[in-house]
Amino acid sequence: MPGLIGKKLGMTSVYSAEGKNIPCTIIEAGPCVVTQVKKVDTDGYEAVQIAYGERKEKNTPKALQGHFKKSGTTPKRKVVEVDGLQDSKVGDQVTVDMFIEGEWVDVVGTSKGKGFQGVVKRHGFAGVGDATHGQHNRLRAPGSLGAGSTPSRVMKGMKMAGRMGGKRVKQVNLEVVKVYNDKNLIVLKGSIPGPKGSYVVIEK
Amino acid sequence: MEAIKFVENDLSQINQYPEFKSGDTITVYYKIKEGNKERTQFFQGVVLQRRNSGANETFTIRKMSGGIGVERVFPFASPFIEKIEVNKHGNVRRARIFYLRERTGKSARIREKKMVKK
Repeated sequence: MPGLIGKKLGMTSVYSAEGKNIPCTIIEAGPCVVTQVKKVDTDGYEAVQIAYGERKEKNTPKALQGHFKKSGTTPKRKVVEVDGLQDSKVGDQVTVDMFIEGEWVDVVGTSKGKGFQGVVKRHGFAGVGDATHGQHNRLRAPGSLGAGSTPSRVMKGMKMAGRMGGKRVKQVNLEVVKVYNDKNLIVLKGSIPGPKGSYVVIEK
Repeated sequence: MEAIKFVENDLSQINQYPEFKSGDTITVYYKIKEGNKERTQFFQGVVLQRRNSGANETFTIRKMSGGIGVERVFPFASPFIEKIEVNKHGNVRRARIFYLRERTGKSARIREKKMVKK
């Protein structure tokens, strides 16, 4: 899928022609630089590596500095492999004009970290129903973890409390409301994962 | 932030309404659709608050309708608002006058602000 790296700027709302309020996310998308073109005979598969986001040279590992130098660009913060851009060369710019208003895109990002959370928030468990009738301090408890002497263990993958969020999330089928080619902005209908200022990949 | 403002200015219609703040009595004329017909209705009451900013800004109006308090929230950018009239400027000390909800009759009055003519 052809894609583009962007930065989530924030949300606003817009009124449609029928007067409906549309929630919108604004993303600063591109321009990205092609830093490597992978071919079947050299790499075993086809892909294009694109990079986005300025980074200080002193904060960039030497190995990456060399990699960016080879493609004739400054060090970048985010590097992603996409396909469907096979005819591009190293050093080419990929811009937001690859998207058309009205089409559907997917957005990949890292969701907001929620820390250590219980099963009610993390997995949507209902908790124990009653707060009265002798109930005491088990309101948001997970309940049973499984049967007893058979199998006499807890099944793998049992939903329990733990770290929530901060994971790769793909939000699919977001409508492109508007594209500003000169300002490198794209406006999508709906919300996308992650906090403001985080890097996201927009896929066609 | 600048980019968000740019998008808001470009995609939302910017309506010019007379200035008002909490405590003021205003009349909002808004269009409602009934089937295919469109007509204008009005809602008059005291402004309780203005909230959010830019394209998301809304205001809340409260009126007493047959002894029952009725509140409505209008978005500033709504294309259904035809016009807004400011009837009275109220003299209140805070930006959100939710205390009005607990009051009825005499105690729910708001002093009118004396405007100095320039």
